[in-house]
Amino acid sequence: MEVPRHWRLKQQRYALVGEVCPHCEGKIFPPRDVCPHCGGEAKTPYTFSGKGTVYSYTIMHDAPAGYDENVPYTVALVKLEEGPMVTAQLTDLDEQGVQIGMPVEMVTRRIRQDGDERGLLVYGYKFRPMIAGAR
Amino acid sequence: MTQTLPENLLLKPNRPVGIIGYGAYVPRYRLPAIEVARVWHGGARGGLPIKEKAVAGLDEDVITMSIEAARNALARAGIHAHALRAVWVGSESHPYAVKPSGTLVAEAIGAGPDIQAGDWEFACKAGTEALVAAMGLVGSGMGRYALAIGMDTAQGRPGDALEYTAASGGAAYILGPAEEGLAQIEFSYSYVSDTPDFWRRAHARYPEHGQRFTGEPAYFKHITEAGSRLMRAAGTTAADYAYAVFHQPNTKFPQRAALLLGFSEEQIAPGLLSPVIGNTYAGAAMIGLSATLDVAKPGDRILVVSFGSGAGSDAFQILVGEAIEERRNKAMRTQDYIARRTEIDYATYARLRGKITLK
Ligand SMILES: [Zn+2]
Repeated sequence: MEVPRHWRLKQQRYALVGEVCPHCEGKIFPPRDVCPHCGGEAKTPYTFSGKGTVYSYTIMHDAPAGYDENVPYTVALVKLEEGPMVTAQLTDLDEQGVQIGMPVEMVTRRIRQDGDERGLLVYGYKFRPMIAGAR
Repeated sequence: MTQTLPENLLLKPNRPVGIIGYGAYVPRYRLPAIEVARVWHGGARGGLPIKEKAVAGLDEDVITMSIEAARNALARAGIHAHALRAVWVGSESHPYAVKPSGTLVAEAIGAGPDIQAGDWEFACKAGTEALVAAMGLVGSGMGRYALAIGMDTAQGRPGDALEYTAASGGAAYILGPAEEGLAQIEFSYSYVSDTPDFWRRAHARYPEHGQRFTGEPAYFKHITEAGSRLMRAAGTTAADYAYAVFHQPNTKFPQRAALLLGFSEEQIAPGLLSPVIGNTYAGAAMIGLSATLDVAKPGDRILVVSFGSGAGSDAFQILVGEAIEERRNKAMRTQDYIARRTEIDYATYARLRGKITLK
């Protein structure tokens, strides 16, 4: 099934949908239609598991416009279990805070609102500490 | 003139309908009721309605919470989201006044564009109203799978009695052919009347409630009518059910509803979550059922009766099947979310729930 590109871009933001390379099986995020590993064309959508580990992080005290209601918040480089690295906010942190190597999982959350309380709400992926439980 | 029941009182689908997958969600923050009492009354005056309630984080709302519950339901169902023909969200705290929650939830879980995606409203029974509609869609053969969600981030006016209990959480259900189900919804029955117990006008931030209308003529009347009429039409008694779940605005109301309908404390125990998560409004009966399915055995029957102000109740008779044992382990259980707990004080609560405005 051919998925229209605009829909795939929303999927990228809401659900970590990237691409898988048909030539070398490399997983690609964000989707760019060209495989960074082998240079071949790669347009097959691939939904990432959402599981990964914290590679590094920083705590934001001064936020860009639209994000200021959330300060302070943590932005991390997350290494996905399929390979790619993504930059994302961490959420639902407990008293223990963040450690390098901490297992995290993707959740879809409110990222910001466009302008004031009349504006559009923007949703996208963040990562939270893995919850203990059945899966 | 004596009132007689309609001949076909029970809503029974032509094609048997089952629960294919289900999933719960509870946010991590907890506000103890004693903390609300401390701020407004200098401490507890008499009994508190619950122990603590679940509070959504700054970046959570009905859409994000519905997405997580739906992902859990899909994991248990083992179907691709493209197979869904409806994504219905019942809530009284949709993030937008105009713009559906269902379309965004559908895209985030990977459903295709070939779906019904309206939002449902009927105070605290918006979720079970969507569940009845999903039974109709699947039971008529119009669609194979339908997703119905009950989810809320309920708000009480600061200092109001509802502030102790108004909480965040809910659950999602994927219905499909009974033969694929982990449980069968054998039939449902709904009882409604125009009752002025609780309301919120279009531009009002917090709800109003008619004090003397909330208990007897509203909650107890509709729950007991829906429950007893379903059981009379089905020829069952409370002893035929392993478990029962009632809408739970606090701890005492569902306990008394159970007593009035002949159910024991043990029968309602697994689904009585209000003491530890509060009243999740449209999510309350739905998440009570998910916690019950987490522990039920094949062959168990479950009676579920929701309640929505305004007012009405939806009652369901559910028969648990063999597939429950294997499928309940495919996603987070309701109690896994309840165990994830960070206690907050009233000031943090006020910030998380937007009770402090910066401009
Ligand atoms: Zn490649």
